[in-house]
Amino acid sequence: MEQGIFARFRVDRDHFALDLDLSLPGSGITALFGHSGSGKTTCLRVLAGLERPSGGYCAVNGEIWQDDAKRLFVPPHRRAIGVVFQESSLFAHLDVRGNIEFGARRVPVAERRFRLDEVCELLGISHLLARSPLALSGGERQRVAIARALLTAPRLLLLDEPLAALDPQRKAEILPYLERLHRELALPMLYVSHSPDEVARLADHLVVLEGGRCVASGPLKHVLGRLDLPGALADDAAVVIDATVAEHAADGLTRLHFAGGEIHVSQRSEPPGTALRCHIHARDVSLALVPQTQSSILNCVAATVCELAETATPGHILVRLESGGETLLARITRRSANALALQPGQPVRAQIKAVALLA
Amino acid sequence: MAPEDLAAIWLTLKLASVVTLLLLLFGTPLAWWLARTRSRLKPVIGAVVALPLVLPPTVLGFYLLLAMGPQGWVGQLTQSLGLGLLPFTFGGLVVASVFYSLPFVVQPIQNAFEAIGERPLEVAATLRASPWDTFWSVALPLARPGLFAGAVLGFAHTVGEFGIVLMIGGNIPQQTRLVSVQIYDHVEALEYTQAHTLAAGMLVFSFVVLLALYTLNRQRRPLA
Repeated sequence: MEQGIFARFRVDRDHFALDLDLSLPGSGITALFGHSGSGKTTCLRVLAGLERPSGGYCAVNGEIWQDDAKRLFVPPHRRAIGVVFQESSLFAHLDVRGNIEFGARRVPVAERRFRLDEVCELLGISHLLARSPLALSGGERQRVAIARALLTAPRLLLLDEPLAALDPQRKAEILPYLERLHRELALPMLYVSHSPDEVARLADHLVVLEGGRCVASGPLKHVLGRLDLPGALADDAAVVIDATVAEHAADGLTRLHFAGGEIHVSQRSEPPGTALRCHIHARDVSLALVPQTQSSILNCVAATVCELAETATPGHILVRLESGGETLLARITRRSANALALQPGQPVRAQIKAVALLA
Repeated sequence: MAPEDLAAIWLTLKLASVVTLLLLLFGTPLAWWLARTRSRLKPVIGAVVALPLVLPPTVLGFYLLLAMGPQGWVGQLTQSLGLGLLPFTFGGLVVASVFYSLPFVVQPIQNAFEAIGERPLEVAATLRASPWDTFWSVALPLARPGLFAGAVLGFAHTVGEFGIVLMIGGNIPQQTRLVSVQIYDHVEALEYTQAHTLAAGMLVFSFVVLLALYTLNRQRRPLA
């Protein structure tokens, strides 16, 4: 039994070709990132069995769902998958309970993994069970859709931009629930998104698709630290680092500890020792050769230059840095890089103007 | 009301009920096929189903009469099965009416199936429902307004038949004499009072049916 998610297929249509050979970890959240038309939704539909590209192959944690070489194709209703679609997909002729039980009732008792009341509790929808889907907000509908998918006892949960149709407030309302699923359920998820923020917040593993091809695939931190990513990931390059809460200071700041040193952020409510995921944008990082004492920038960590690369903006470059094993990116001008004579291996000080905490 | 009038009303309601039932039974799968197929036959079958909308009932009646007659292939079949000949019987009326009211049942149901779209069916598949299961548990419930409209229109249209009844069924009391034919007979006999009673009844019936249908359509909320 080979653990992992494998998908290999080609799709050729007018103005659109998709040629993928993915092998992804069989646990955690894998984000499929790309612009519309990059093929991420098609990839998800192939895994779900809703599309059947000829000559395709897909297998999830040892179960082969499609192998055209052996004329094997498991239809979608025989695959242990849960799918959450982009827009509300609740059945209008059933109430919330009817929707949630629709899949659950069709799963043999021995295969059931989650209990209805537990899942509803986890997603905060217990009080909505008797309502009609028409009487729910967009965020509530998506939570019901997630609960419905979970109760089919999936071995893989596919989420197709589940937040794309929601306003920022509703998104913020659902993200903590997704993080809870991630923490509390041992269930691999494939999360399609075109939002770098969602990816940074949720993903363990990142696959970047562009024009129907996979241009990067690997652990989140590793992929985000690459300098050759396309589109939004390059324009707004950012990395994720893991930190723990060290101390709450009296002046309204919280000190965080990470592998490369310390960073200070606005007061957090979490107790010391709590693990947090930090999102640091390359544009918020500047470089100096010596520690700056006469500066308002508080966060200044020691780092080593690893690599420099051109960006799409004339005169700007991206610098990849390493600090205690964590990767940082800095977006600076070519002129500054020349003035500082930056080159790989050089020790520098990374001044971090802003840190976004993701959990 | 005269006994012949009551008999005509009873026969009409009986015919319309049987025909509506048969059309729901056979029209629903046909509508499903028309809504879902990518076959090149789709426009052909669709056009055949719609023919009664534009053809004079006499044309359809004429060919059905030939087919069901002693020399026709349907007639030979029914005779060899020991059923006798269908023209001028209630059975013949049922067959003719099923053809004549077909588009009134199939088209609303087909439209309802098409309006559901692909998504709910895909969702059902990801929730472990087989295609057959999906048809019963998702497609039919979501198409209920269309099924209702099809049944009502099929029933009302069958009640309102005249031309094809004369072609196929003639005018046999208790067997093929429907309300529409009875009205014709009354008028021919200059029995305007009796004609009025039946005609006004038909008018009110048809109006109420259509009013109910349009009112329900207006109240229906959009699908989520």
